[in-house]
Amino acid sequence: MVGIRSYGAYIPRYRLSRMKIFEAMGWLNSATIGLAKGEKAVANADEDSITMAVAAGINCMGKIDRNKLDGVYFGSTSMPFQERQNAGIIATALGMKEDVRSIDFSGSLRSGTSALLAAIDAVGSEGSKNMLACTADCRLGKMGSPQEMLFGDAGASFMVSDEDVIAEFKGSYTLTCDFGDHVRGRYSKFDRQWEDRWIRDMGYGKMIPKAINGLLEKYKIKIDDFSQIVYSCHYGAERKKINKTLGIAPEKVQDILMNEIGEMGSAQSLVMLASALDSASPGDKILVISYGSGCDALYFEVTDKINDLKNIKGVAANLADKAELSHYAKYLAWRQIIPIDTGIRGEEELPSRWSFIWRSNRAALSFCGSRCTKCGTPQFPPQRVCVKPSCGAIDEMEEYNFSNKIARIGSFTGDNLAASMNPPQIYGNLFIEGGGKVMMNFTDCDLDSIKVGMPLRFTFRIKHIDERRDIVRYFWKAVPIKEEN
Amino acid sequence: MAAGIKDKVAILGMGCSKFGERWDMSIEDLILESFLACIKDAGIEKKDVDACWMGLYFDEISGGKSGITVSSTLKLPFIPITRVENKCATGTEAFRGACYAVASGAYDMCLAVGVEKLKDTGFGGLPGGGTDGQIDVLLGADRTAPGAFAQLASAYEAAYNIPMKKIKEAMAHISWKSHQNGSKNPLAHLRNTPSVEKILNAPMIAYPSGLFDCCGVSDGAAAAIVTTPEIAKRIKKDQEIIYVKSLQIACSSGEEAMYTDWDGASIMTTSKAAEKAYKEAGITNPREEISMMEVHDCFSITELVTMEDLQISPRGGAVNDVLNGFFDLDGGVPCQTDGGLKCFGHPIGASGIRMLYEMYNQLQERWPEDRQVKNPKYGLTHNLGGFPNRNVVSVSIIGK
Repeated sequence: MVGIRSYGAYIPRYRLSRMKIFEAMGWLNSATIGLAKGEKAVANADEDSITMAVAAGINCMGKIDRNKLDGVYFGSTSMPFQERQNAGIIATALGMKEDVRSIDFSGSLRSGTSALLAAIDAVGSEGSKNMLACTADCRLGKMGSPQEMLFGDAGASFMVSDEDVIAEFKGSYTLTCDFGDHVRGRYSKFDRQWEDRWIRDMGYGKMIPKAINGLLEKYKIKIDDFSQIVYSCHYGAERKKINKTLGIAPEKVQDILMNEIGEMGSAQSLVMLASALDSASPGDKILVISYGSGCDALYFEVTDKINDLKNIKGVAANLADKAELSHYAKYLAWRQIIPIDTGIRGEEELPSRWSFIWRSNRAALSFCGSRCTKCGTPQFPPQRVCVKPSCGAIDEMEEYNFSNKIARIGSFTGDNLAASMNPPQIYGNLFIEGGGKVMMNFTDCDLDSIKVGMPLRFTFRIKHIDERRDIVRYFWKAVPIKEEN
Repeated sequence: MAAGIKDKVAILGMGCSKFGERWDMSIEDLILESFLACIKDAGIEKKDVDACWMGLYFDEISGGKSGITVSSTLKLPFIPITRVENKCATGTEAFRGACYAVASGAYDMCLAVGVEKLKDTGFGGLPGGGTDGQIDVLLGADRTAPGAFAQLASAYEAAYNIPMKKIKEAMAHISWKSHQNGSKNPLAHLRNTPSVEKILNAPMIAYPSGLFDCCGVSDGAAAAIVTTPEIAKRIKKDQEIIYVKSLQIACSSGEEAMYTDWDGASIMTTSKAAEKAYKEAGITNPREEISMMEVHDCFSITELVTMEDLQISPRGGAVNDVLNGFFDLDGGVPCQTDGGLKCFGHPIGASGIRMLYEMYNQLQERWPEDRQVKNPKYGLTHNLGGFPNRNVVSVSIIGK
């Protein structure tokens, strides 16, 4: 049996009220009032599709040993790199072993489900047992556009395996259509779309029923056999129409989370699948349809193993952890839609030296230090001479991964002088559980809530954007853990 | 067993430029200003200088990577000049090189000159990126000096359970005192005298340090001529001769940043350098024996913890000593008698020598009555370069 063994979602902490967008940009396009409901999830200034995929991957893997993974597939239409594999960055950030498969899937909003399907196909072939499929998107609409209202940022991740399967993969059906509804060219920063009515009627309205019918026919099953149906389509009236046409009971249709997150691009149907799994029971059949240049339809059946999957950070847990984005302008600055002044200090040249980066790769991307095999002291960055004064052993180190550890604040500050997209820049000295120490940036927090002794976890984030060379550099940051219930 | 530097070197003369925003002065002008004052004070001529150590940290702003800037500015005739940099201990490092050269017998008379032209950066504070190398760019926090040092306060609050409000009051007193002292010093960068209330209500730079908790960023230069005691006695009267009693440097071993025992509420290197300095100078009770100090008050919280690291105040006791006025000009151990980094200013390469300049003049009781320390015997200077978890510290003691 091949299927999903574990899953995780990731929704960035910040939410922008759509009414705030309208208040700022409604003068340009008053028709967007119709979309000015609820809020959209906005990636922090230090997040992109890679960091969100890593976060979802961490949530998915939980306590499962990441060395068990034989590959990682990444689906997104907003990858930071055209050349330099994005999935490779994710694999390293997750601390995976080196002999793994990795592929970037892009080009359509089906990229997420296509990555998942490819991962499913890979399990069982050529000795692969466990694959990770990640998806995340961070799409941009122009200021004042309907896309700006609609699009939200999120990610999801699925571990595919042939053991301990919680949702067995039963089959799939794919349509490939060169349908130009939303298009971005090679150099386009913003989404461009054709008329809504055409997309609605000829796109979603035709293709989703066609894909569903194709799957039903292929596997000789009926729509009523499914207990949860996941499909992307942000046109509310069209969803009702599709439900009616196909005879889908409205209560079986998974919510598209438009008011909470927004249209998530490649991640849309898979975040919805994660949400469906949050409340699934053994025996449930789940139908998932993604939409973009055609459709992928996937059919899963939940097993009784789902009852063993505890403390998963799925959609519900993510939605509970949020903060309001105070200003529309902050969103524009974070997404680099408008230039902001970070002062002359912010213009300091910090070049990316690739040979150096390669030597430091395990430290910077995997957050690996070393542990002395003589005295057991973990240390970061990795050392050759043990830092413990009474030890000092030379070349007795083993690799030691800090990324999954909990840390406590020893000291901290909120720095208004440091160039930052979200001042004050908060950072501090951390004592890591089990030993080790690091001074690092904090993220997704407010200075007022920080106290010495507070617990933190680590999260993979953008450290620096080298605009001159178009390079994003990543490292880990610390996020305060909410006081336990 | 090495005997140390005590009484092997005498300071023959010192000079210091006006510190501040010297928009109309180049690094060469500043070097010349301090040098002319220095040789006048020493009573020597340019040709008497055998060798020179130059301290300059941000060579990329001005001055370049060698000592040639000094020789070609002063037209020193093909003598050896060594440019040194060791973060904020750079000036002291130059002085130390000159002293060791004299003590070794290699030269009779050496010049130490420290200089920094900081006000050509175009922004406040110091340039930050990469001062700990590329690894810092990749893995370090995106910190500035104010933020890195401000953390001492939150760690101190936790370590001694002293409310932040009281720590802030002590920090404000420290800055208030330095402004009072600096206002009396014609060479100081900042000569205003803000009230404690104004200091407490200043804009936040890096929690909990406000604007007045941060030292001045200045242009400036300072110079010293050092020689053997024998030569000094030929040129000057015995009571005018100031001797080097100790010169110590300590660099972080990595323990602070990577091992768990350090709580962040002190500076380990200061404690280590101070222990060695007191031993070298033969001082057993610093609180009683040290007459006055110029410490590295880059931030008021740094000065606070330094009082403990130098064994002047007991651990957790500096707040009360500060608030009781122990470090004021008329206190038990006057500190920052010239205004300190806070008000005299902090041109990195010059600062260590500027501190010695103040102690040297105080020891000779040359200052007007309103800022002269009574009957000084030992003056201590202290530099702290880098960040609390990874730094270099110098502790020097000079005396009669």
